[in-house]
Amino acid sequence: MLRIDDLSVHYGGIHALQGVSFEVPEGKIVTLIGANGAGKSTTLKSIIGLVKPSGGTIQLGGQSMRGLDTKDIVRRGVVLAPEGRRIFPNLTTEENLALGAFARNDKAGIEQDKLKVFKLFPRLEERRKQKAGTMSGGEQQMLAVARALMSRPKLLMMDEPSLGLAPLIVKMIFEIIKTINAEGTTILLVEQNAKAALEIADFGYVLETGRITLSGPGKELLADDRVRSAYLGEGQ
Amino acid sequence: MDIATFFQQMANAMSLGSLYALIAIGYTMVYGILRLINFAHGDVFMLGAYFAFYAVTALAMPWGIAFIVAIGLTGLFGMGLERAAYRPLRDSPKISIMISAIGASFLIENVGVVLFGGRPKSFPSIPLFDTVIHFGSVSVLSVSLFIPVVTLIILAALLWIVNGTRTGLAMRAVSTDLDAARLMAIDVNKTISLTFGISSVLAGIGGIMRTMKYPQLNPLMGFMPGLKCFIAAVIGGIGNIQGAVLGGFLLGFIEIMIVAFLPELTGYRDAFAFVLLIAVLLAKPSGLLGKNQTVKV
Repeated sequence: MLRIDDLSVHYGGIHALQGVSFEVPEGKIVTLIGANGAGKSTTLKSIIGLVKPSGGTIQLGGQSMRGLDTKDIVRRGVVLAPEGRRIFPNLTTEENLALGAFARNDKAGIEQDKLKVFKLFPRLEERRKQKAGTMSGGEQQMLAVARALMSRPKLLMMDEPSLGLAPLIVKMIFEIIKTINAEGTTILLVEQNAKAALEIADFGYVLETGRITLSGPGKELLADDRVRSAYLGEGQ
Repeated sequence: MDIATFFQQMANAMSLGSLYALIAIGYTMVYGILRLINFAHGDVFMLGAYFAFYAVTALAMPWGIAFIVAIGLTGLFGMGLERAAYRPLRDSPKISIMISAIGASFLIENVGVVLFGGRPKSFPSIPLFDTVIHFGSVSVLSVSLFIPVVTLIILAALLWIVNGTRTGLAMRAVSTDLDAARLMAIDVNKTISLTFGISSVLAGIGGIMRTMKYPQLNPLMGFMPGLKCFIAAVIGGIGNIQGAVLGGFLLGFIEIMIVAFLPELTGYRDAFAFVLLIAVLLAKPSGLLGKNQTVKV
């Protein structure tokens, strides 16, 4: 579905991505893991058009997306739930969800999807009229995911959905990612929480200082010694 | 002071306050969305008045049509200003875009002097606005009653746009978080352009109404009102529309009342705005209705 080839990004003099290639097959969960500054967020931002790559190709279903405006990429069914959630704190839950569906015009479908995300996150329904900025971190993360789903994405990209959340909430978020995937949405997940990510991923890539150094099915990477020592904190 | 004079001054204060409020809203909307003080806003106000003047005199349009044309042109001018002076600097440091705003202001004023001439022009009288209306012993120029009414209607329309429409939702999203708004498939450029359009339309309406009240135009007429309305916006809490209205009215009332009650201070009327600004900022740096954003991480 999504195919990245030889993607390069420069920030001023810094070569943040140095020829990254990977694939996200339809219907799967793919994860990019790696340390701080490895280029995970930059990869997602390049796909969604917030960062302009200096080289390489980004293809969705065989069509090039590089150079498109973010709004047109979202309209093609790719959405990013960004790092730090980036919900609109001064707007209510419902307004945030309405913004998630901004690209759509089918009122009935939007209403239907709203009920669907409320079913997925009952807590959000209780908070419908509440300003998002006054909600807890976990609720805000739920809202960020729910808002992304409101665009009815084919490919949902998530940047560090577990960041700064209590373990119980993290578990719940990962359960929900699995549910969303089971309902047919392809997922590209970026995580520092390598263990949790690899456990649910069909396929994983390890990113190190702008390069992909390892790849394989999630379970295999989880068992790989190099991954275990570098990302799972398990000594030899 | 007798009661008649008091009501007379109240009417003046209402209309001056309304004018200030209209212009202050423009500052606050643009600031809200771009974190930019649009220093050329006062000059857009001046252009609105001149557009109306030439439409009525040179093109001999009936005043109603002339006003609509002038307001439309002012809105388009504001959008063009954003396109030419601010959009190319969107990703530059804030100081660059601010310097560009100051430059745009000087440019408009000086081109105004060249094109319109430096000598003040007087707007032809329009009877509907020039009639003196008597309430008992209080006599008020009809335009002083029109101004607050028009302002209220515009304010209601504006609040509806911002809080009740899709476009308004996009505007609020862009003003909170530009990149997050992009991720929502919002056309950020269009939204910003529209914000400039609306704020310039308000300035155009303000410019025309002010000319109805004080029928003299000169190319620098936007400078002082521009400065004062910027202050009004800051006093109310910049970025907040209701705050801009409050600040505008407050400034209008205080200015008129001080001149009315303490006529010996009349020469300082323009200074009161600054004194008020300092006082408010000392007591509440975010402005009267400004609040610190609640962001939870």
